[in-house]
Amino acid sequence: MKFDTPAGRNPIDQLKVIGKPTDRIEGPYKVTGTAPYAYDWHDPTLTPLYGFVVGSGVAKGRIAGMDLTTAKAAPGVVTIVTAETAGPLGLGQFNTAPLLGGPEVAHYHQAVALVVAESFEQARAAAALVRVDYDEAKGAFDLAASRGSAKAAKIQTNPAETAIGNFEAAFGKAAVRLEETYTTPNEAHAMMEPHASIASWEGDALTVWTSNQMIDRSVSDIVKTLKMPKEKVRLISPFIGGGFGGKLWIRSDVILAALGARQAGRPVKVALTRPLMFNNTVHRSGTIQRIRIGADTDGTIIAIGHESWSGNQVGGRPEGAVAQTRLLYAGSNRMTAERVAALDLPESNAMRAPGEAPGLMALEMAVDEMADRLGMDPVQFRIKNDTQVDPEKPERPFSQRQLVAALRDGAERFGWSKRVATPGQVRDGRWRVGLGVAAAFRNNQVMKSGARVRLGADGMVTVETDMTDIGTGTYTIIGQTAAEMMGVTLDKVVVRLGDSSFPISSGSGGQWGANSSTSGVYAACAKLREAVTQKLGFNSDDAVFEDSQVRSGNRSLPLAEAGELVAEDAIEFEGLANKYQQSTFGAHFVEVGVDAATAEIRVRRMLAVCAGGRILNPKSARSQVIGAMTMGVGAALMEELVVDKTRGFFVNHDLAGYEVPVHADIPHQEVIFLDEVDPISSPMKAKGVGELGICGCAAAVANAIYNATGIRVRDYPITLDKLLERMPDAA
Amino acid sequence: MRAFSYERPTTPAEAASAIAARPDAKFIAGGTNLLDLMKLQIEMPAHLVDVNGLGLDKIEPTAEGGLRIGALVRNTDLAADGRVRKEYGVLSRAIVAGASGQLRNKATTAGNLLQRTRCPYFYDTAQACNKRQPGSGCAAIGGISRQLGVIGTSEACIATNPGDMSVALRVLDATVETVDAKGATRTIPIAEFHRLPGDTPQVETALKPGELITAVSLPRPVGGTHFYRKVRDRASYAFALVSVAAIVQRDGSGRVAFGGLAPKPWRVEAAEADLPEGAKRVADRAFAEAKPTRDNAFKLKLAERALDAVLTEARG
Repeated sequence: MKFDTPAGRNPIDQLKVIGKPTDRIEGPYKVTGTAPYAYDWHDPTLTPLYGFVVGSGVAKGRIAGMDLTTAKAAPGVVTIVTAETAGPLGLGQFNTAPLLGGPEVAHYHQAVALVVAESFEQARAAAALVRVDYDEAKGAFDLAASRGSAKAAKIQTNPAETAIGNFEAAFGKAAVRLEETYTTPNEAHAMMEPHASIASWEGDALTVWTSNQMIDRSVSDIVKTLKMPKEKVRLISPFIGGGFGGKLWIRSDVILAALGARQAGRPVKVALTRPLMFNNTVHRSGTIQRIRIGADTDGTIIAIGHESWSGNQVGGRPEGAVAQTRLLYAGSNRMTAERVAALDLPESNAMRAPGEAPGLMALEMAVDEMADRLGMDPVQFRIKNDTQVDPEKPERPFSQRQLVAALRDGAERFGWSKRVATPGQVRDGRWRVGLGVAAAFRNNQVMKSGARVRLGADGMVTVETDMTDIGTGTYTIIGQTAAEMMGVTLDKVVVRLGDSSFPISSGSGGQWGANSSTSGVYAACAKLREAVTQKLGFNSDDAVFEDSQVRSGNRSLPLAEAGELVAEDAIEFEGLANKYQQSTFGAHFVEVGVDAATAEIRVRRMLAVCAGGRILNPKSARSQVIGAMTMGVGAALMEELVVDKTRGFFVNHDLAGYEVPVHADIPHQEVIFLDEVDPISSPMKAKGVGELGICGCAAAVANAIYNATGIRVRDYPITLDKLLERMPDAA
Repeated sequence: MRAFSYERPTTPAEAASAIAARPDAKFIAGGTNLLDLMKLQIEMPAHLVDVNGLGLDKIEPTAEGGLRIGALVRNTDLAADGRVRKEYGVLSRAIVAGASGQLRNKATTAGNLLQRTRCPYFYDTAQACNKRQPGSGCAAIGGISRQLGVIGTSEACIATNPGDMSVALRVLDATVETVDAKGATRTIPIAEFHRLPGDTPQVETALKPGELITAVSLPRPVGGTHFYRKVRDRASYAFALVSVAAIVQRDGSGRVAFGGLAPKPWRVEAAEADLPEGAKRVADRAFAEAKPTRDNAFKLKLAERALDAVLTEARG
């Protein structure tokens, strides 16, 4: 099904199943431990060996020698995979550094060997006996030091640089100006489930049970890396314990399990240990961002400029932190520039809201600072500079843009009018209290997505698509979509996901998954409805599917009477994305307390108001947003992969060192969804919210800290040591 | 993790002699720290002597009017004990400020005293660490040191003791009771139990090889108001950047020990005389010998401000 004109009224608009707060249909499996995650896959016919990954002990250099003698002789060891035994490997389209290093080492903890043994404990013990000698080389590990050598880099398919009007001239003569530099640190996805895979060969055919967000793309990269035909690879990933972008691609567990299984002649399972994940896999790059804003005294922005530097392995993508600045605020003179510096740190890649998440950490702090300089309320300053068209291409309107409504609604609900604009004035016992606001913005991406829908003789509807549920609730919204389309209740729908033998879907990423994958199911269901009406002799134009019946006029027949039917289709988005800018909007409001003595920062209250198209399942959508807000608090206050700039690695590579918020850090969180349907986006009229919730959240926390203390910290995370020197006396 | 053998003796002397016979053996109680370190190939005992069956799990009054805490009393039970909560509040507060409920259910009194540093370089076997591998150097010096020590450190090691409980024990003047393989017992004042690193940072306590902790004794209660103020980057389940254990009397006199600053709980009795004069005076004297790094110099100011907050609260 081509989607090239705005959606008209369709069966989804009935909202009998869609739009209702609905429990996860796979929830019972998860809470009873019966959902088979990658490493738990119990197939009695498989008796897998265990692989343990050996990571490089240096960040850059060459392996001078490897001594495997003791390790090979250790109890239970079956085989050891190294670059030498693996032979030449290809490089996946979505990998920058090779997944198996040697003799060249590209980054710290890059896999250099896999020890395969009868038990996990044996593999781990033997892995400690692998001796590797390195010729260590000097590397570039410091983004600030490498900033000068950074190169302009496209943000996906968007240009590296944009310029409208005459930024320099307008900024130079602006009545009120801000020019500041902000930094955001390297961040880890730190999802609960580590990367894990079981690989099994039958002849030259490979099956991998893994934990992966993008099935088809990952099959392609396995094929590229192992140099084998695509039809010989099957990837199965029905349950995923969190990804946040870290599983948008294959990582070393997949390839090493496959190589280990080939070498051992038996299935092999590999999970990355937590201490290995931070340097072995990918992370969100740190950024240095320079922002310049010039405005008239009435608060009208006349010039806005945003430049960002991030780091990556040679050939890797930039973080894309200037993306939102092209679209969020009006202003007739504009410039943005995205650059990436070559670093020898582990590979950077996408993490929840790549670009916008760190971009808004800087931009929305700068906007707060600008409002302060103008003496304007920061909510009003944002409203004043709203735009209903793409400010770089004014002929393109936004399909929907409810930023102003989100700000106004949030301000009202949060009690924003009670905020004391002068910072450092409010005290509650030992706490200095402040309020902060930030705009939320995340683009709406749409991706081709396919599905197969099967009607059973019993009236059951089964959906199959290689779409993934990364904990987001995809099973449920796909079930809801099929139920709405076929006129059945949700318990009459079976959803099967995450298998490369199913039709290719959008996958989960970039907050496109919900809208795109359900649209694919919509397309397949539309086809199935055709087949049903034809079979039952109805006119497809006026046939109504409801209560497991198909009805037209006075005539009504059970759906099951159509017998077994199968339909497969895909949604393909064409054209509308060029004519309209599609984005999601919101506003974050945060209250923090800063301990007057120690400068410990604790969030007291949070509100997010979101406008993200039709909300398919308010229950799981809310869950997505509160999770994203929690991650926003982490980004604001504690998350940082700390770089040892001499040895070239992330030092705090476990969950004791890389702190993320715990329950005690997260107070009451309120989430409001504004009424919105977006017929430009898809037949579902939905968009996404899973990333919108993190966008701007950290800046709202930062702005609240400023309001509480009068101290502006432009280097995230905002830890107490950055406030302490400037904290007023406690008394 | 290296393969290991395991035994479970029934008396403390048996346990001590089982270890004394084998330099590559270690005691295991709750295992909350040791097992993690074994999985990471940081601790590599070839033999484990499980002391959980030794019956050292009682809290009893002493003849001197104090409390004797068995080595195997779990952190949760110790913190919840009515006598401890009433007379030694700083100890209860310190314990519940540490780790998580699950870990405290498992962790023991003696094991807690023996927990090892959380220096990230100690935890990474590819990095130089004099504590893990004597003579290999210290990657933390000149590396990332925000969490690490500001005082009592050496050219060989700047790691901190990560404990909370031990800081409270220090301010309570606890003593550690031990038994050796020959059945000989001795008591070690808590002040002398943890050692500064000097050029042997791998030696962390005054315990001799094979010596087993049987109990920790608290002297008679000293009254006063008890505080344990732990400052950290998140609200729970994090090691202290700085902690302050204090007992303050009505006249403003008192005792104070600091956690998070040094390789051992940091208490300078001479500085306590200045408590009535305020936090700055105390901090100036207690931290006179401090050698912070650029990353962790803030800890000194933080400790002073945290103490100031405690003293302010004590004044009501």
